[in-house]
Amino acid sequence: MDKLHLDKHISRQFNEELESLRQQVMTMGGLAEEMISDATRAVVEGDTELAQKVVEADDRVNDMEKAIDERCIFILARRQPTASDLRLVVAMLKTINDLERIGDEAEKIARMAISLAEADRPRNNYRELEIMGTTVRGMLHDALDGFVRLAPEVAVALVREDKNVDADYEAALRQYHTYLVEEPRSTRRILDAIWVARSIERIGDHAKNIGEYIVYLVEGKDLRHASLAEMERELAEDGDSD
Amino acid sequence: MMEENREQSVQVPTGVSVTQDREALNIEREDICIETRGLNLYYGDDQALKNVNLRIPRNRVTAFIGPSGCGKSTLLRCFNRMNDLIDICRIEGEILIDGQDIHHRDVDVAEHRRRVGMVFQKPNPFPKSIFENVAYGLRLQGVNDRRKLAEVVENALRSAALWDEVKDRLDDNAFGLSGGQQQRLVIARAIAIEPEVILLDEPCSALDPISTAKVEELIIELKDRYTIVIVTHNMQQAARVSDFTAYMYMGEMVEFDDTSRLFTNPRRRATEDYITGRYG
Repeated sequence: MDKLHLDKHISRQFNEELESLRQQVMTMGGLAEEMISDATRAVVEGDTELAQKVVEADDRVNDMEKAIDERCIFILARRQPTASDLRLVVAMLKTINDLERIGDEAEKIARMAISLAEADRPRNNYRELEIMGTTVRGMLHDALDGFVRLAPEVAVALVREDKNVDADYEAALRQYHTYLVEEPRSTRRILDAIWVARSIERIGDHAKNIGEYIVYLVEGKDLRHASLAEMERELAEDGDSD
Repeated sequence: MMEENREQSVQVPTGVSVTQDREALNIEREDICIETRGLNLYYGDDQALKNVNLRIPRNRVTAFIGPSGCGKSTLLRCFNRMNDLIDICRIEGEILIDGQDIHHRDVDVAEHRRRVGMVFQKPNPFPKSIFENVAYGLRLQGVNDRRKLAEVVENALRSAALWDEVKDRLDDNAFGLSGGQQQRLVIARAIAIEPEVILLDEPCSALDPISTAKVEELIIELKDRYTIVIVTHNMQQAARVSDFTAYMYMGEMVEFDDTSRLFTNPRRRATEDYITGRYG
């Protein structure tokens, strides 16, 4: 984080406010990450207790979003941050929005896990969901790590990973479609599994978004909706700051 | 599903480009009004401006920011040759307004200062009536026709957003006005003689927030007709009113850019440190 010189404000109070906020965002991110892995495990292992834990954790994520939001607004009103300080506050505001949505998706997965636990289990034990879940959890981890290290290049890796997750999602859908035709009696269970896959895919999108906020934070560039090639080109251009 | 609906509802209507406004401001595409080339300025042995190369666009508001003593007021004063009044001041390099060197021997300084008006930190109305303050420049030019004067005074006071507040007491002494009104009166006096450029040296530092807001509003309204250069210690003010911002430090022009870029993503560390309140 030393690239942002967060400890260099003339106002020490401001240093502390920003640093504490940044830590809160990371804590919230860590919680969301844990929710993803717990929710995925709950599906794979049919663990309803674990699923219940995820559902409860979502309230905490929601509360953290509100608390961080309030602190960010406080800083905007009282400090009128500019340049990298402004970009940090904006990036945090946007990041927590995506983290909150990740929490919601994890909660949905957990609710599906509870429903799926009552049904017959497929032979592969939802291996496809496990793989996707592990991937998006890793994506969020990399995004948060990139936020701490101020590493805009993670954005490119995240876009790539997100494409993989999208492909896995498509493949899972095709597979479920076949099951729906072949096993009409398992319709309910397969629909639940589709919802899980859908939520996991959405989590990948949110993790990718966080990567884009890191680019904005570090480079001041808005690369949302940019193609992979554009993104690589933009990030290869060396910043002209000294 | 709900989420999809939510996303659709926030889509930006087609044809609205958020970046339009920002792209419109590019110094390369601007019509340049004031230009300095290799400008050095010395007070005796002290060099106050160091090789300043700057292009100030026409009909825009350009702000100079920087710590005390960085040379921003000195630079501003160069533009209407106020530094001529200081004996020990020596200038090297060129200052061009509309492509003409303002130090050329054919330039009439009084006429030059008519074209380039200046407003100071502390309002400095003359000890005369409100009307006569605004009419002063015209009378100097030999205009004495009462109807002509009344017309110009009214227009100038309207332009300075002061007319409604003073129209019933034009013959009262200007000192009876509030600080904010006095500052707008001084701006009215400056625009009565139809200058091309208005230089504002910390015009709001002695004003309360409401008067400040009125002056800022006025600055934005005036830029359609004048090129405005403002020196300010208040960075938020620079961010609010200016199109372009120059950051100066120890006599040097550190960074010059369009204001939104400079305040969100400055190119230089020194600028960043200053505007975010860091010690370098």
